[in-house]
Amino acid sequence: MNNFFKDKKAMIDSFRKTSAIVSNNNIPEGLYEKCPKCSINILKEDIVEHSFVCNSCGHHFRLRAKERLNLIIDEGTFKEYHASKKSKNPLEMPGYSKKLEINRQNAEINEAVVTGIGKIEGYSYAIAIMDSYFLMGSMGSVVGEKITSITELATKRKLPLIIFSASGGARMQEGILSLMQMVKTSAAIGNHSKSKLLFISVITNPTTGGVSASFSMLGDIIISEPGTLIGFAGPRVIEQTIGQKLPEGFQRAEFLKEKGFLDMIVHRKDMKSTVAMISRLHELEQKI
Amino acid sequence: MTIQELELKIKEIELEASQVDKDTKDAEQKKLEILSKIRTMEKEVYKNLTPWDKVYLARHPLRPNSIFYIHELFNNFVEFCGDRYFADDKAITGGIANFKGIPVTILAQTKGKTLEDNLSRNFGMPNPEGYRKTLRLAKQAEKFGRPIITFIDTPGAYPGMGAEERGQAEAIARNLMEFMELEVPIIAIVIGEGGSGGALALTVSDHIIMLENSIYSILSPEGFASILWKDAAKASEAAALMKLTAQDLYNFKIIDTIIKEPVGGIHKLTDYVMDQISIVLSTQLDIFAKMKKSTLLQNRYKKFRDLGKDFV
Ligand SMILES: [Zn+2]
Repeated sequence: MNNFFKDKKAMIDSFRKTSAIVSNNNIPEGLYEKCPKCSINILKEDIVEHSFVCNSCGHHFRLRAKERLNLIIDEGTFKEYHASKKSKNPLEMPGYSKKLEINRQNAEINEAVVTGIGKIEGYSYAIAIMDSYFLMGSMGSVVGEKITSITELATKRKLPLIIFSASGGARMQEGILSLMQMVKTSAAIGNHSKSKLLFISVITNPTTGGVSASFSMLGDIIISEPGTLIGFAGPRVIEQTIGQKLPEGFQRAEFLKEKGFLDMIVHRKDMKSTVAMISRLHELEQKI
Repeated sequence: MTIQELELKIKEIELEASQVDKDTKDAEQKKLEILSKIRTMEKEVYKNLTPWDKVYLARHPLRPNSIFYIHELFNNFVEFCGDRYFADDKAITGGIANFKGIPVTILAQTKGKTLEDNLSRNFGMPNPEGYRKTLRLAKQAEKFGRPIITFIDTPGAYPGMGAEERGQAEAIARNLMEFMELEVPIIAIVIGEGGSGGALALTVSDHIIMLENSIYSILSPEGFASILWKDAAKASEAAALMKLTAQDLYNFKIIDTIIKEPVGGIHKLTDYVMDQISIVLSTQLDIFAKMKKSTLLQNRYKKFRDLGKDFV
Protein backbone atom coordinates (compact mmCIF):
# COMPACT_ATOMS: atom_id res chain seq x y z
CA MET A 1 0.00 0.00 0.00
CA ASN A 2 1.52 3.29 -0.83
CA ASN A 3 1.65 6.47 -2.60
CA PHE A 4 4.61 6.42 -4.85
CA PHE A 5 6.13 9.66 -3.69
CA LYS A 6 6.65 10.92 -0.15
CA ASP A 7 5.40 14.41 -0.96
CA LYS A 8 5.13 16.89 -3.79
CA LYS A 9 8.78 17.86 -3.47
CA ALA A 10 9.84 14.27 -4.04
CA MET A 11 7.68 14.16 -7.15
CA ILE A 12 9.19 17.34 -8.59
CA ASP A 13 12.72 16.12 -7.89
CA SER A 14 11.88 12.83 -9.49
CA PHE A 15 10.47 14.49 -12.62
CA ARG A 16 13.71 16.34 -13.16
CA LYS A 17 15.59 13.10 -12.89
CA THR A 18 13.32 11.42 -15.39
CA SER A 19 13.79 13.99 -18.09
CA ALA A 20 17.54 13.84 -17.65
CA ILE A 21 17.47 10.11 -18.29
CA VAL A 22 15.18 10.29 -21.20
CA SER A 23 15.96 13.23 -23.37
CA ASN A 24 19.69 13.32 -22.71
CA ASN A 25 19.35 16.99 -23.51
CA ASN A 26 21.88 19.47 -22.33
CA ILE A 27 19.63 21.53 -20.17
CA PRO A 28 21.42 21.88 -16.86
CA GLU A 29 19.57 20.23 -14.03
CA GLY A 30 17.59 22.94 -12.44
CA LEU A 31 14.21 24.29 -11.74
CA TYR A 32 13.12 24.54 -15.36
CA GLU A 33 12.18 22.09 -18.07
CA LYS A 34 11.92 22.92 -21.74
CA CYS A 35 8.63 21.92 -23.38
CA PRO A 36 9.48 19.74 -26.39
CA LYS A 37 6.53 21.16 -28.32
CA CYS A 38 6.56 24.94 -27.77
CA SER A 39 10.16 25.19 -26.51
CA ILE A 40 9.21 27.40 -23.58
CA ASN A 41 11.09 26.89 -20.33
CA ILE A 42 8.61 26.03 -17.62
CA LEU A 43 9.05 25.73 -13.91
CA LYS A 44 9.08 22.02 -13.11
CA GLU A 45 6.89 22.71 -10.17
CA ASP A 46 4.30 24.16 -12.55
CA ILE A 47 4.47 21.13 -14.82
CA VAL A 48 3.85 18.77 -11.93
CA GLU A 49 1.14 21.09 -10.60
CA HIS A 50 -0.63 20.98 -13.99
CA SER A 51 -0.82 17.17 -14.19
CA PHE A 52 2.43 17.10 -16.17
CA VAL A 53 0.96 19.21 -18.96
CA CYS A 54 2.59 22.31 -20.45
CA ASN A 55 0.40 25.20 -19.36
CA SER A 56 1.47 27.20 -22.37
CA CYS A 57 0.71 24.83 -25.28
CA GLY A 58 -1.03 21.87 -23.65
CA HIS A 59 1.72 19.37 -24.45
CA HIS A 60 1.27 16.24 -22.37
CA PHE A 61 4.65 15.19 -21.03
CA ARG A 62 5.43 11.50 -21.10
CA LEU A 63 4.81 9.96 -17.72
CA ARG A 64 6.48 7.28 -15.76
CA ALA A 65 4.24 4.58 -14.34
CA LYS A 66 4.69 6.00 -10.84
CA GLU A 67 3.66 9.47 -11.91
CA ARG A 68 0.60 8.13 -13.68
CA LEU A 69 -0.35 6.12 -10.62
CA ASN A 70 -0.17 9.20 -8.51
CA LEU A 71 -2.44 11.10 -10.85
CA ILE A 72 -5.10 8.44 -11.29
CA ILE A 73 -5.27 6.25 -8.18
CA ASP A 74 -6.84 7.28 -4.89
CA GLU A 75 -4.17 7.92 -2.31
CA GLY A 76 -3.16 4.90 -0.29
CA THR A 77 -5.37 2.44 -2.16
CA PHE A 78 -2.91 0.81 -4.53
CA LYS A 79 -1.73 -2.70 -3.90
CA GLU A 80 0.96 -3.71 -6.33
CA TYR A 81 1.22 -7.28 -7.68
CA HIS A 82 4.22 -9.10 -9.13
CA ALA A 83 6.51 -6.11 -8.49
CA SER A 84 9.56 -8.29 -8.17
CA LYS A 85 9.22 -10.14 -11.49
CA LYS A 86 12.36 -9.59 -13.54
CA SER A 87 13.12 -10.49 -17.14
CA LYS A 88 15.57 -13.21 -17.96
CA ASN A 89 17.45 -13.45 -21.20
CA PRO A 90 15.69 -16.31 -23.04
CA LEU A 91 17.50 -15.82 -26.35
CA GLU A 92 20.83 -15.19 -24.65
CA MET A 93 21.00 -11.93 -26.55
CA PRO A 94 24.35 -10.22 -26.00
CA GLY A 95 24.08 -7.08 -23.91
CA TYR A 96 20.43 -7.58 -22.95
CA SER A 97 20.99 -8.52 -19.31
CA LYS A 98 23.18 -5.48 -18.81
CA LYS A 99 20.61 -3.26 -20.47
CA LEU A 100 17.91 -4.59 -18.17
CA GLU A 101 20.07 -3.88 -15.15
CA ILE A 102 20.71 -0.28 -16.22
CA ASN A 103 17.02 0.28 -16.92
CA ARG A 104 16.04 -1.16 -13.57
CA GLN A 105 18.35 1.33 -11.89
CA ASN A 106 17.36 4.35 -13.96
CA ALA A 107 13.63 3.79 -14.07
CA GLU A 108 13.55 2.51 -10.48
CA ILE A 109 11.17 -0.30 -11.38
CA ASN A 110 11.84 -3.90 -12.33
CA GLU A 111 9.96 -3.98 -15.60
CA ALA A 112 8.07 -1.82 -18.10
CA VAL A 113 4.68 -2.26 -16.46
CA VAL A 114 3.30 -1.78 -12.96
CA THR A 115 0.22 -3.85 -12.12
CA GLY A 116 -2.07 -4.04 -9.16
CA ILE A 117 -5.45 -3.29 -7.68
CA GLY A 118 -6.49 0.15 -6.54
CA LYS A 119 -9.33 2.65 -6.44
CA ILE A 120 -10.24 5.45 -8.81
CA GLU A 121 -12.62 7.84 -7.03
CA GLY A 122 -13.68 4.92 -4.91
CA TYR A 123 -14.21 2.45 -7.76
CA SER A 124 -12.04 -0.66 -7.47
CA TYR A 125 -10.03 -1.46 -10.58
CA ALA A 126 -7.45 -3.97 -11.67
CA ILE A 127 -4.78 -1.68 -13.10
CA ALA A 128 -1.80 -1.94 -15.41
CA ILE A 129 0.34 1.09 -16.19
CA MET A 130 3.15 0.82 -18.68
CA ASP A 131 6.34 2.82 -18.34
CA SER A 132 7.87 4.02 -21.58
CA TYR A 133 11.06 4.95 -19.76
CA PHE A 134 11.87 1.29 -19.22
CA LEU A 135 13.27 -0.03 -22.52
CA MET A 136 10.70 2.08 -24.41
CA GLY A 137 7.92 0.27 -22.60
CA SER A 138 8.53 -2.74 -24.78
CA MET A 139 6.63 -5.96 -24.06
CA GLY A 140 8.70 -9.04 -23.31
CA SER A 141 7.76 -12.15 -21.34
CA VAL A 142 7.46 -10.34 -17.99
CA VAL A 143 5.30 -7.50 -19.28
CA GLY A 144 3.06 -10.04 -21.04
CA GLU A 145 2.88 -12.21 -17.94
CA LYS A 146 2.08 -9.32 -15.60
CA ILE A 147 -0.67 -7.93 -17.84
CA THR A 148 -2.13 -11.41 -18.35
CA SER A 149 -2.02 -12.16 -14.61
CA ILE A 150 -3.70 -8.93 -13.55
CA THR A 151 -6.36 -9.44 -16.23
CA GLU A 152 -6.99 -12.99 -15.03
CA LEU A 153 -7.21 -11.74 -11.46
CA ALA A 154 -9.74 -9.12 -12.58
CA THR A 155 -11.82 -11.86 -14.21
CA LYS A 156 -11.63 -14.01 -11.11
CA ARG A 157 -12.58 -11.20 -8.74
CA LYS A 158 -15.11 -9.69 -11.15
CA LEU A 159 -13.26 -6.38 -11.27
CA PRO A 160 -13.19 -3.85 -14.08
CA LEU A 161 -9.82 -3.44 -15.75
CA ILE A 162 -7.98 -0.32 -16.83
CA ILE A 163 -4.71 -0.41 -18.74
CA PHE A 164 -2.59 2.64 -19.55
CA SER A 165 -0.41 1.57 -22.44
CA ALA A 166 2.81 3.28 -23.50
CA SER A 167 5.07 1.10 -25.55
CA GLY A 168 7.28 0.83 -28.59
CA GLY A 169 5.85 -2.67 -29.13
CA ALA A 170 7.09 -6.20 -28.67
CA ARG A 171 10.57 -6.37 -27.14
CA MET A 172 13.16 -7.21 -29.78
CA GLN A 173 15.63 -8.80 -27.37
CA GLU A 174 13.17 -11.57 -26.46
CA GLY A 175 12.33 -12.26 -30.08
CA ILE A 176 9.48 -14.60 -30.88
CA LEU A 177 8.57 -14.98 -27.20
CA SER A 178 7.68 -11.28 -27.10
CA LEU A 179 5.44 -11.76 -30.11
CA MET A 180 3.60 -14.53 -28.26
CA GLN A 181 2.76 -12.13 -25.43
CA MET A 182 0.41 -10.38 -27.84
CA VAL A 183 -1.71 -13.54 -28.08
CA LYS A 184 -1.49 -14.28 -24.39
CA THR A 185 -2.64 -10.83 -23.27
CA SER A 186 -5.40 -10.65 -25.92
CA ALA A 187 -6.68 -14.06 -24.87
CA ALA A 188 -6.90 -12.97 -21.24
CA ILE A 189 -8.78 -9.82 -22.31
CA GLY A 190 -11.17 -12.05 -24.27
CA ASN A 191 -12.00 -14.08 -21.15
CA HIS A 192 -12.46 -10.92 -19.09
CA SER A 193 -14.82 -9.60 -21.73
CA LYS A 194 -16.84 -12.83 -21.87
CA SER A 195 -17.47 -12.40 -18.15
CA LYS A 196 -19.19 -9.11 -19.06
CA LEU A 197 -16.63 -7.05 -17.20
CA LEU A 198 -15.57 -3.54 -18.22
CA PHE A 199 -12.17 -2.92 -19.80
CA ILE A 200 -11.06 0.66 -20.32
CA SER A 201 -7.96 0.99 -22.48
CA VAL A 202 -6.15 4.31 -22.16
CA ILE A 203 -3.58 4.61 -24.92
CA THR A 204 -0.83 7.05 -24.00
CA ASN A 205 2.15 8.48 -25.80
CA PRO A 206 3.63 6.59 -27.58
CA THR A 207 1.93 3.26 -28.27
CA THR A 208 2.94 1.35 -31.38
CA GLY A 209 3.68 -2.14 -32.70
CA GLY A 210 2.76 -5.23 -30.73
CA VAL A 211 1.03 -3.38 -27.91
CA SER A 212 -1.20 -1.36 -30.22
CA ALA A 213 -1.89 -4.58 -32.14
CA SER A 214 -3.04 -6.48 -29.05
CA PHE A 215 -4.73 -5.62 -25.74
CA SER A 216 -4.65 -1.83 -26.11
CA MET A 217 -6.99 -1.91 -29.13
CA LEU A 218 -9.41 -4.30 -27.43
CA GLY A 219 -10.97 -2.01 -24.85
CA ASP A 220 -14.73 -1.72 -24.50
CA ILE A 221 -13.86 1.94 -24.31
CA ILE A 222 -10.66 3.29 -25.80
CA ILE A 223 -9.42 6.65 -24.54
CA SER A 224 -6.33 8.63 -25.40
CA GLU A 225 -4.65 11.91 -24.48
CA PRO A 226 -4.09 14.84 -26.86
CA GLY A 227 -1.24 14.40 -29.33
CA THR A 228 -0.60 10.73 -28.51
CA LEU A 229 1.25 8.74 -31.16
CA ILE A 230 -0.65 5.53 -31.91
CA GLY A 231 0.12 3.16 -34.75
CA PHE A 232 0.98 -0.33 -35.87
CA ALA A 233 4.10 0.60 -37.83
CA GLY A 234 6.31 3.38 -36.54
CA PRO A 235 6.34 6.63 -38.56
CA ARG A 236 9.91 6.09 -39.76
CA VAL A 237 9.16 2.61 -41.08
CA ILE A 238 6.18 3.94 -43.01
CA GLU A 239 8.21 6.81 -44.45
CA GLN A 240 10.88 4.38 -45.59
CA THR A 241 8.25 2.11 -47.15
CA ILE A 242 6.36 4.76 -49.08
CA GLY A 243 9.37 6.98 -49.75
CA GLN A 244 7.78 10.21 -48.58
CA LYS A 245 7.26 12.23 -45.44
CA LEU A 246 4.08 11.68 -43.46
CA PRO A 247 1.65 14.57 -43.14
CA GLU A 248 1.46 16.55 -39.90
CA GLY A 249 -0.70 14.84 -37.31
CA PHE A 250 -0.62 11.41 -38.96
CA GLN A 251 -1.02 8.61 -36.37
CA ARG A 252 -1.84 11.13 -33.63
CA ALA A 253 -4.79 10.56 -31.32
CA GLU A 254 -6.88 13.23 -33.08
CA PHE A 255 -6.33 11.44 -36.39
CA LEU A 256 -7.26 8.05 -34.95
CA LYS A 257 -10.42 9.43 -33.43
CA GLU A 258 -11.40 10.93 -36.77
CA LYS A 259 -10.80 7.54 -38.42
CA GLY A 260 -12.98 5.81 -35.85
CA PHE A 261 -10.48 4.00 -33.66
CA LEU A 262 -10.86 5.96 -30.41
CA ASP A 263 -13.92 6.74 -28.32
CA MET A 264 -12.55 9.90 -26.83
CA ILE A 265 -9.54 12.11 -26.26
CA VAL A 266 -9.32 13.31 -22.70
CA HIS A 267 -7.07 15.98 -21.20
CA ARG A 268 -4.93 14.50 -18.49
CA LYS A 269 -6.41 16.69 -15.78
CA ASP A 270 -9.86 15.26 -16.60
CA MET A 271 -8.80 11.62 -16.89
CA LYS A 272 -9.69 10.57 -13.38
CA SER A 273 -13.11 12.21 -13.35
CA THR A 274 -13.86 10.78 -16.80
CA VAL A 275 -13.03 7.25 -15.67
CA ALA A 276 -15.17 7.83 -12.57
CA MET A 277 -18.11 8.99 -14.71
CA ILE A 278 -17.84 5.95 -16.96
CA SER A 279 -17.65 3.73 -13.86
CA ARG A 280 -20.78 5.37 -12.47
CA LEU A 281 -22.66 4.81 -15.73
CA HIS A 282 -21.63 1.15 -15.65
CA GLU A 283 -23.17 0.99 -12.18
CA LEU A 284 -19.94 -0.18 -10.61
CA GLU A 285 -19.75 -0.28 -6.86
CA GLN A 286 -18.26 2.83 -5.28
CA LYS A 287 -16.63 2.68 -1.84
CA ILE A 288 -14.76 5.75 -0.74
CA MET B 1 29.72 -21.25 -47.91
CA THR B 2 26.13 -19.92 -47.82
CA ILE B 3 23.45 -21.37 -50.10
CA GLN B 4 23.55 -18.19 -52.11
CA GLU B 5 27.26 -18.63 -52.74
CA LEU B 6 26.69 -22.29 -53.54
CA GLU B 7 24.06 -21.48 -56.14
CA LEU B 8 26.42 -19.02 -57.84
CA LYS B 9 29.26 -21.54 -57.73
CA ILE B 10 27.06 -24.23 -59.31
CA LYS B 11 26.08 -21.87 -62.10
CA GLU B 12 29.76 -21.21 -62.73
CA ILE B 13 30.59 -24.91 -62.87
CA GLU B 14 27.63 -25.64 -65.12
CA LEU B 15 28.77 -22.93 -67.49
CA GLU B 16 32.22 -24.48 -67.48
CA ALA B 17 30.67 -27.88 -68.19
CA SER B 18 28.67 -26.56 -71.12
CA GLN B 19 31.91 -25.49 -72.74
CA VAL B 20 33.38 -28.99 -72.71
CA ASP B 21 33.71 -30.18 -76.29
CA LYS B 22 31.17 -32.98 -76.69
CA ASP B 23 33.27 -34.79 -79.27
CA THR B 24 36.34 -35.30 -77.15
CA LYS B 25 36.67 -38.88 -75.98
CA ASP B 26 36.50 -38.21 -72.24
CA ALA B 27 33.55 -35.77 -72.43
CA GLU B 28 31.21 -38.15 -70.62
CA GLN B 29 33.76 -38.79 -67.95
CA LYS B 30 34.32 -35.07 -67.42
CA LYS B 31 30.62 -34.40 -67.12
CA LEU B 32 30.25 -37.05 -64.43
CA GLU B 33 33.15 -35.58 -62.52
CA ILE B 34 31.57 -32.14 -62.59
CA LEU B 35 28.21 -33.50 -61.46
CA SER B 36 29.76 -35.33 -58.56
CA LYS B 37 31.68 -32.20 -57.63
CA ILE B 38 28.38 -30.32 -57.41
CA ARG B 39 26.72 -33.06 -55.34
CA THR B 40 29.61 -33.06 -52.86
CA MET B 41 29.42 -29.30 -52.47
CA GLU B 42 25.65 -29.40 -52.04
CA LYS B 43 25.87 -32.08 -49.39
CA GLU B 44 28.48 -30.13 -47.51
CA VAL B 45 26.46 -26.91 -47.52
CA TYR B 46 23.06 -28.44 -46.78
CA LYS B 47 24.42 -30.59 -43.99
CA ASN B 48 24.78 -27.60 -41.71
CA LEU B 49 22.39 -24.86 -42.71
CA THR B 50 22.83 -21.64 -40.77
CA PRO B 51 19.75 -19.64 -39.73
CA TRP B 52 20.64 -17.15 -42.46
CA ASP B 53 20.61 -19.98 -45.03
CA LYS B 54 17.11 -20.82 -43.85
CA VAL B 55 16.03 -17.22 -44.24
CA TYR B 56 17.27 -17.46 -47.81
CA LEU B 57 15.42 -20.73 -48.44
CA ALA B 58 12.24 -19.46 -46.77
CA ARG B 59 12.20 -16.60 -49.29
CA HIS B 60 13.51 -18.60 -52.24
CA PRO B 61 11.85 -17.58 -55.53
CA LEU B 62 11.29 -21.25 -56.40
CA ARG B 63 9.64 -22.01 -53.06
CA PRO B 64 5.95 -22.78 -53.70
CA ASN B 65 3.41 -20.21 -52.52
CA SER B 66 0.23 -21.09 -50.63
CA ILE B 67 -1.81 -21.51 -53.83
CA PHE B 68 0.34 -24.52 -54.68
CA TYR B 69 -0.38 -26.12 -51.29
CA ILE B 70 -4.10 -25.45 -51.62
CA HIS B 71 -4.21 -27.33 -54.90
CA GLU B 72 -1.95 -30.15 -53.77
CA LEU B 73 -3.58 -30.84 -50.41
CA PHE B 74 -7.27 -30.16 -51.04
CA ASN B 75 -9.99 -30.84 -53.59
CA ASN B 76 -12.69 -28.56 -54.98
CA PHE B 77 -11.29 -25.31 -53.64
CA VAL B 78 -13.79 -22.46 -53.90
CA GLU B 79 -12.36 -19.02 -53.25
CA PHE B 80 -14.32 -16.42 -51.23
CA CYS B 81 -13.41 -12.75 -51.30
CA GLY B 82 -13.71 -9.51 -49.42
CA ASP B 83 -14.05 -8.18 -45.90
CA ARG B 84 -17.53 -6.66 -46.54
CA TYR B 85 -16.29 -3.26 -45.32
CA PHE B 86 -13.62 -1.98 -47.63
CA ALA B 87 -11.98 -4.27 -50.17
CA ASP B 88 -10.66 -7.68 -51.09
CA ASP B 89 -7.06 -8.16 -50.03
CA LYS B 90 -5.26 -10.59 -52.33
CA ALA B 91 -2.37 -10.95 -49.90
CA ILE B 92 -4.67 -13.42 -48.16
CA THR B 93 -6.52 -16.14 -50.06
CA GLY B 94 -9.65 -17.49 -48.41
CA GLY B 95 -12.20 -20.13 -49.21
CA ILE B 96 -13.49 -23.61 -48.59
CA ALA B 97 -12.34 -26.98 -49.89
CA ASN B 98 -12.45 -30.66 -49.26
CA PHE B 99 -9.76 -32.43 -47.26
CA LYS B 100 -10.15 -36.22 -47.50
CA GLY B 101 -13.92 -35.91 -47.34
CA ILE B 102 -14.02 -33.16 -44.70
CA PRO B 103 -15.06 -29.62 -45.67
CA VAL B 104 -12.52 -27.13 -44.30
CA THR B 105 -12.00 -23.38 -44.42
CA ILE B 106 -8.67 -22.24 -45.81
CA LEU B 107 -7.03 -18.93 -44.93
CA ALA B 108 -3.72 -18.47 -46.67
CA GLN B 109 -1.24 -15.64 -46.88
CA THR B 110 -0.15 -15.57 -50.50
CA LYS B 111 2.98 -14.17 -52.08
CA GLY B 112 2.98 -13.75 -55.85
CA LYS B 113 4.95 -15.93 -58.24
CA THR B 114 5.56 -13.23 -60.86
CA LEU B 115 6.08 -9.49 -60.56
CA GLU B 116 2.56 -8.82 -61.76
CA ASP B 117 1.14 -11.41 -59.37
CA ASN B 118 3.20 -9.92 -56.56
CA LEU B 119 1.99 -6.41 -57.26
CA SER B 120 -1.62 -7.52 -56.99
CA ARG B 121 -0.85 -9.49 -53.82
CA ASN B 122 1.28 -6.71 -52.31
CA PHE B 123 4.18 -9.19 -51.96
CA GLY B 124 2.15 -11.10 -49.40
CA MET B 125 1.87 -8.17 -47.00
CA PRO B 126 -1.76 -7.91 -45.83
CA ASN B 127 -3.68 -4.72 -45.17
CA PRO B 128 -6.37 -4.49 -42.47
CA GLU B 129 -9.03 -5.69 -44.93
CA GLY B 130 -7.04 -8.92 -45.29
CA TYR B 131 -7.25 -9.59 -41.57
CA ARG B 132 -10.93 -8.64 -41.54
CA LYS B 133 -11.61 -11.03 -44.43
CA THR B 134 -9.78 -13.69 -42.43
CA LEU B 135 -11.96 -13.07 -39.40
CA ARG B 136 -15.16 -13.04 -41.47
CA LEU B 137 -14.36 -16.39 -43.03
CA ALA B 138 -13.21 -17.82 -39.70
CA LYS B 139 -16.56 -16.88 -38.13
CA GLN B 140 -18.27 -18.47 -41.10
CA ALA B 141 -16.25 -21.63 -40.52
CA GLU B 142 -17.41 -21.62 -36.91
CA LYS B 143 -21.05 -21.20 -37.98
CA PHE B 144 -20.87 -24.22 -40.26
CA GLY B 145 -18.63 -26.28 -37.97
CA ARG B 146 -15.72 -26.45 -40.39
CA PRO B 147 -12.12 -26.83 -39.17
CA ILE B 148 -9.81 -24.01 -40.25
CA ILE B 149 -6.44 -24.52 -41.91
CA THR B 150 -4.21 -21.45 -42.21
CA PHE B 151 -1.03 -20.96 -44.22
CA ILE B 152 1.54 -18.42 -43.09
CA ASP B 153 3.88 -16.78 -45.57
CA THR B 154 4.39 -13.05 -45.19
CA PRO B 155 7.22 -10.59 -44.64
CA GLY B 156 4.77 -8.82 -42.30
CA ALA B 157 1.62 -6.73 -42.20
CA TYR B 158 1.93 -3.85 -44.64
CA PRO B 159 3.35 -0.67 -43.08
CA GLY B 160 1.57 1.83 -45.33
CA MET B 161 -0.49 4.95 -44.81
CA GLY B 162 -3.77 3.34 -45.84
CA ALA B 163 -3.11 0.41 -43.54
CA GLU B 164 -2.70 2.78 -40.60
CA GLU B 165 -5.78 4.82 -41.52
CA ARG B 166 -7.90 1.69 -41.67
CA GLY B 167 -6.60 0.31 -38.38
CA GLN B 168 -3.94 -2.31 -39.01
CA ALA B 169 -3.33 -2.58 -35.26
CA GLU B 170 -7.02 -3.02 -34.44
CA ALA B 171 -7.52 -5.61 -37.18
CA ILE B 172 -4.62 -7.75 -35.93
CA ALA B 173 -5.57 -7.36 -32.26
CA ARG B 174 -9.15 -8.44 -32.95
CA ASN B 175 -7.98 -11.55 -34.79
CA LEU B 176 -5.77 -12.56 -31.88
CA MET B 177 -8.66 -12.33 -29.44
CA GLU B 178 -11.36 -13.79 -31.67
CA PHE B 179 -9.32 -16.73 -32.98
CA MET B 180 -8.67 -17.72 -29.39
CA GLU B 181 -12.43 -18.17 -28.93
CA LEU B 182 -13.44 -19.89 -32.20
CA GLU B 183 -15.24 -23.12 -31.42
CA VAL B 184 -13.73 -25.10 -34.29
CA PRO B 185 -10.27 -26.68 -34.58
CA ILE B 186 -7.58 -24.49 -36.14
CA ILE B 187 -4.35 -25.77 -37.63
CA ALA B 188 -1.66 -23.33 -38.79
CA ILE B 189 1.13 -24.16 -41.23
CA VAL B 190 4.15 -21.88 -41.59
CA ILE B 191 5.35 -22.54 -45.14
CA GLY B 192 7.83 -19.74 -45.77
CA GLU B 193 8.26 -16.46 -44.00
CA GLY B 194 6.42 -15.86 -40.74
CA GLY B 195 7.00 -12.16 -40.23
CA SER B 196 5.94 -10.44 -37.01
CA GLY B 197 2.40 -9.55 -35.94
CA GLY B 198 1.28 -9.88 -39.52
CA ALA B 199 2.01 -13.61 -39.38
CA LEU B 200 0.87 -13.99 -35.78
CA ALA B 201 -2.67 -12.92 -36.69
CA LEU B 202 -3.14 -16.18 -38.63
CA THR B 203 -1.23 -18.41 -36.25
CA VAL B 204 -3.50 -18.52 -33.20
CA SER B 205 -4.43 -22.19 -33.42
CA ASP B 206 -4.54 -25.61 -31.79
CA HIS B 207 -1.60 -27.06 -33.67
CA ILE B 208 1.21 -25.21 -35.42
CA ILE B 209 3.17 -26.94 -38.15
CA MET B 210 6.38 -25.49 -39.52
CA LEU B 211 8.35 -26.54 -42.55
CA GLU B 212 11.97 -27.28 -41.76
CA ASN B 213 13.30 -24.36 -43.77
CA SER B 214 10.63 -21.82 -42.94
CA ILE B 215 11.18 -19.04 -40.43
CA TYR B 216 8.98 -17.33 -37.88
CA SER B 217 10.17 -14.23 -36.08
CA ILE B 218 9.31 -11.01 -34.30
CA LEU B 219 10.63 -9.02 -37.26
CA SER B 220 12.69 -9.59 -40.40
CA PRO B 221 16.40 -10.06 -39.66
CA GLU B 222 17.01 -6.88 -41.65
CA GLY B 223 14.57 -4.91 -39.50
CA PHE B 224 15.99 -6.46 -36.36
CA ALA B 225 19.54 -5.48 -37.32
CA SER B 226 18.54 -1.94 -38.19
CA ILE B 227 16.70 -1.46 -34.89
CA LEU B 228 19.35 -2.97 -32.65
CA TRP B 229 22.49 -1.99 -34.51
CA LYS B 230 21.24 0.69 -36.92
CA ASP B 231 22.62 -1.45 -39.73
CA ALA B 232 20.35 -3.61 -41.92
CA ALA B 233 23.41 -5.16 -43.56
CA LYS B 234 24.03 -7.14 -40.37
CA ALA B 235 20.93 -9.26 -41.10
CA SER B 236 22.84 -12.53 -41.20
CA GLU B 237 24.24 -11.86 -37.73
CA ALA B 238 20.76 -10.95 -36.54
CA ALA B 239 19.34 -14.19 -37.95
CA ALA B 240 21.91 -16.15 -35.98
CA LEU B 241 20.76 -14.54 -32.72
CA MET B 242 17.01 -14.32 -33.25
CA LYS B 243 16.07 -17.99 -32.81
CA LEU B 244 13.82 -18.00 -35.85
CA THR B 245 14.20 -21.55 -37.18
CA ALA B 246 11.63 -24.32 -36.85
CA GLN B 247 13.89 -26.14 -34.40
CA ASP B 248 14.27 -23.03 -32.21
CA LEU B 249 10.51 -22.53 -32.09
CA TYR B 250 9.95 -26.20 -31.35
CA ASN B 251 12.36 -25.93 -28.42
CA PHE B 252 10.36 -22.98 -27.07
CA LYS B 253 7.15 -25.10 -27.45
CA ILE B 254 5.70 -22.44 -29.75
CA ILE B 255 5.20 -24.91 -32.60
CA ASP B 256 4.12 -28.53 -32.47
CA THR B 257 5.39 -30.28 -35.61
CA ILE B 258 8.37 -29.84 -37.92
CA ILE B 259 7.96 -31.08 -41.48
CA LYS B 260 11.18 -32.37 -43.08
CA GLU B 261 12.20 -30.88 -46.40
CA PRO B 262 14.35 -32.60 -49.03
CA VAL B 263 17.98 -31.56 -49.40
CA GLY B 264 17.97 -28.17 -51.10
CA GLY B 265 14.49 -27.18 -49.96
CA ILE B 266 10.89 -28.12 -50.69
CA HIS B 267 11.02 -27.00 -54.32
CA LYS B 268 13.37 -29.92 -55.10
CA LEU B 269 10.74 -32.53 -54.21
CA THR B 270 7.34 -31.17 -53.26
CA ASP B 271 5.49 -34.51 -53.00
CA TYR B 272 7.72 -35.58 -50.12
CA VAL B 273 6.58 -32.54 -48.14
CA MET B 274 2.89 -32.65 -49.13
CA ASP B 275 2.59 -36.27 -48.02
CA GLN B 276 3.92 -35.44 -44.58
CA ILE B 277 1.64 -32.41 -44.18
CA SER B 278 -1.33 -34.46 -45.29
CA ILE B 279 -0.64 -37.09 -42.65
CA VAL B 280 -0.26 -34.53 -39.86
CA LEU B 281 -3.48 -32.79 -40.93
CA SER B 282 -5.41 -36.08 -40.94
CA THR B 283 -4.08 -37.10 -37.57
CA GLN B 284 -4.71 -33.78 -35.90
CA LEU B 285 -8.16 -33.24 -37.41
CA ASP B 286 -9.07 -36.68 -36.18
CA ILE B 287 -7.89 -35.91 -32.66
CA PHE B 288 -9.68 -32.55 -32.57
CA ALA B 289 -12.89 -34.00 -33.99
CA LYS B 290 -13.14 -36.30 -30.97
CA MET B 291 -12.35 -33.54 -28.50
CA LYS B 292 -14.99 -31.66 -26.52
CA LYS B 293 -15.23 -28.00 -27.58
CA SER B 294 -14.50 -26.83 -24.06
CA THR B 295 -11.36 -28.97 -23.89
CA LEU B 296 -10.22 -27.70 -27.27
CA LEU B 297 -10.57 -24.08 -26.12
CA GLN B 298 -8.98 -24.73 -22.73
CA ASN B 299 -5.99 -26.38 -24.38
CA ARG B 300 -5.65 -23.53 -26.85
CA TYR B 301 -5.67 -20.98 -24.03
CA LYS B 302 -3.17 -22.92 -21.99
CA LYS B 303 -0.82 -23.39 -24.92
CA PHE B 304 -0.44 -19.64 -25.43
CA ARG B 305 -0.82 -18.76 -21.75
CA ASP B 306 2.29 -20.73 -20.90
CA LEU B 307 4.55 -19.17 -23.52
CA GLY B 308 7.33 -17.19 -21.91
CA LYS B 309 6.43 -18.49 -18.45
CA ASP B 310 9.85 -20.04 -18.04
CA PHE B 311 11.46 -16.64 -18.37
CA VAL B 312 9.70 -14.54 -15.75
ZN1 LIG C 1 4.52 23.69 -24.44
